[in-house]
Amino acid sequence: MSAMVPTRTRAPEGSPAKVKAPRRPVYTVIGIVILAFMLFPLYWMINVSLQPAGNAVATPWLPFDLSLRGYTTAISEQGRNLVTSLLISLGSVVFSLLIATPAAYAMAHFKLGRWATVVLFGILITQMVPGIVVANALYSAYSDLGLLNTLGGLILADSAAGIPFSIILMRAFMGSIPASIVEAAYVDGAGHVRAFFSIVLPMSRNALITAGLFTFLFAWGDFLFALTLTTTADLRPITLGLYTYVGSFVADWSPIMATAVLSSLPAIALLVLAQRYVAAGVTGGAVKS
Amino acid sequence: MADVATSRATSPSALAPAGRGAGHKLRTRLVEVAFIVPAVVYLVLFFGYPVVKNVVMGFQEYTTKTFYTGEAPWVGLENYRHVLGDAIFDRTLLNTLLFTAGSIVGQFVLGLAIALFFHKKFALSGVLRSLILLPWLIPMIAGTAVWRWILDTDNGALNRILGAVPFLDAHPNWLTSTSLALVAVIGVNIWLGIPFNMTILYGGLQEIPEELYEAGALDGATGWRAFRHITWPMLRPVVTVVLVLGVVYTLKVLDVILGLTNGGPANSTQTISTFSYDMSFRQFDFGAGAALGNILIVISLVFAVVYLRLNRKAVDE
Repeated sequence: MSAMVPTRTRAPEGSPAKVKAPRRPVYTVIGIVILAFMLFPLYWMINVSLQPAGNAVATPWLPFDLSLRGYTTAISEQGRNLVTSLLISLGSVVFSLLIATPAAYAMAHFKLGRWATVVLFGILITQMVPGIVVANALYSAYSDLGLLNTLGGLILADSAAGIPFSIILMRAFMGSIPASIVEAAYVDGAGHVRAFFSIVLPMSRNALITAGLFTFLFAWGDFLFALTLTTTADLRPITLGLYTYVGSFVADWSPIMATAVLSSLPAIALLVLAQRYVAAGVTGGAVKS
Repeated sequence: MADVATSRATSPSALAPAGRGAGHKLRTRLVEVAFIVPAVVYLVLFFGYPVVKNVVMGFQEYTTKTFYTGEAPWVGLENYRHVLGDAIFDRTLLNTLLFTAGSIVGQFVLGLAIALFFHKKFALSGVLRSLILLPWLIPMIAGTAVWRWILDTDNGALNRILGAVPFLDAHPNWLTSTSLALVAVIGVNIWLGIPFNMTILYGGLQEIPEELYEAGALDGATGWRAFRHITWPMLRPVVTVVLVLGVVYTLKVLDVILGLTNGGPANSTQTISTFSYDMSFRQFDFGAGAALGNILIVISLVFAVVYLRLNRKAVDE
């Protein structure tokens, strides 16, 4: 507790003579310990998934006796659900970006006056609506419209997190594109549509990637809509597959944990491949509206 | 009353006379509207409609029968009487309160401590900091699945670690005892929430100008005193947003509880959110489920007002 605040070491951001971060091995060790505590459950997930028999006996601390049995069982029993989740998540990304990108641009650059305020207010309100309320109403509406147990129905519902998030994130980004650049296009005779496609979209590539990645993760991790808007095993996202798995095969943990690992792969891949987008998305979508 | 009538009567005259560029202007305006309309339609259908529908359903007897006959008789406040009078309602309200307060305090304190730690510069800090995000990025239900096995009474990793502690003869039934299940569920939810809190607070810390600390150090404000007099006041806006968002998100948590305990044992982890799910989708009393959902909305709304006030600057832009 003694040194809560860093002693002067950091060069100001953007300063030409940037001082290299000090090594401070003690801090690195403490950092690794914190990380080890936080990530122990993930280690345990992988460890159990690699055990030959995850019966209701104590799992060894290390997977010395490596076995892929958990994974072969998981893939044969849950593989279809993984594909279902993949289709839903990709569909959700395409749909969300189609809806959110033009709206974000309009809110950042058009003179919508009071309208922009109303829409933004509406988006903030959506954050307060409990998912169970949406599910409750959608179930009866979906039942009337024949959308229960359909891919399209789940894609639409699973975009409910991605669309408001993407609008807020991309609006903040597009707002930082200088108006003069877009206006130059108007002077050259381009309309809104052309300016949007040929200038704004290419410039917003990073924001689009961030919004898309998070929309994918939201849809991939959805459990509530999977639980309430599907009633048969024909169309079942992996989250629901895992939930029913835990309920029915609670004696054999290796395939369950193998399924959990497989369902976590997109998040892990994302963090490794697109680290900078992830950090930008967490802060950008939540606070800086 | 009269004022409304007059203002309505005068408003059409406010329309600007059509000029030469009116056709072009109108087209531009239509294109502008077309950019934003799909999003508005979506938000209305997937957020506006459900809220309105829930308010209406709260006054109806809406059951499985309704799906066949299409009839949902009006029952006035019967659903509210039913859920408020339910033997477990008080319990769910208290659980909701404890779950929210416990989760928020835990996530925030640990998130802030970790954010302060990573604010120091050291080798690998960036990599370690982003890896901490993993629990937040993986599907919640996957997180709860592994915690179920970690918290298992006989063979769970946690009790095996506790068993190795000398002189400690504890073997808690984390998820199956009515007194501990809520504690366990809160603990797991804290674990899930730390990364989000840490990341936002870390971002806030980065915004505090280094010069303030230099000036403070000259006045002898280092360590705890620098935190109290510089860091905390400067961080306050971010803190408020994190806490309010945290409350709003935690009130509606469902995955964590269903994944770990299904609301049991003996309703000891049942919250308003899971109770609403239970009413609608297990007992197929959608009217009662809607009534509970509406109660949850009202509670959230109190915090929504606070949140919107905080965000007013953003809205006014």
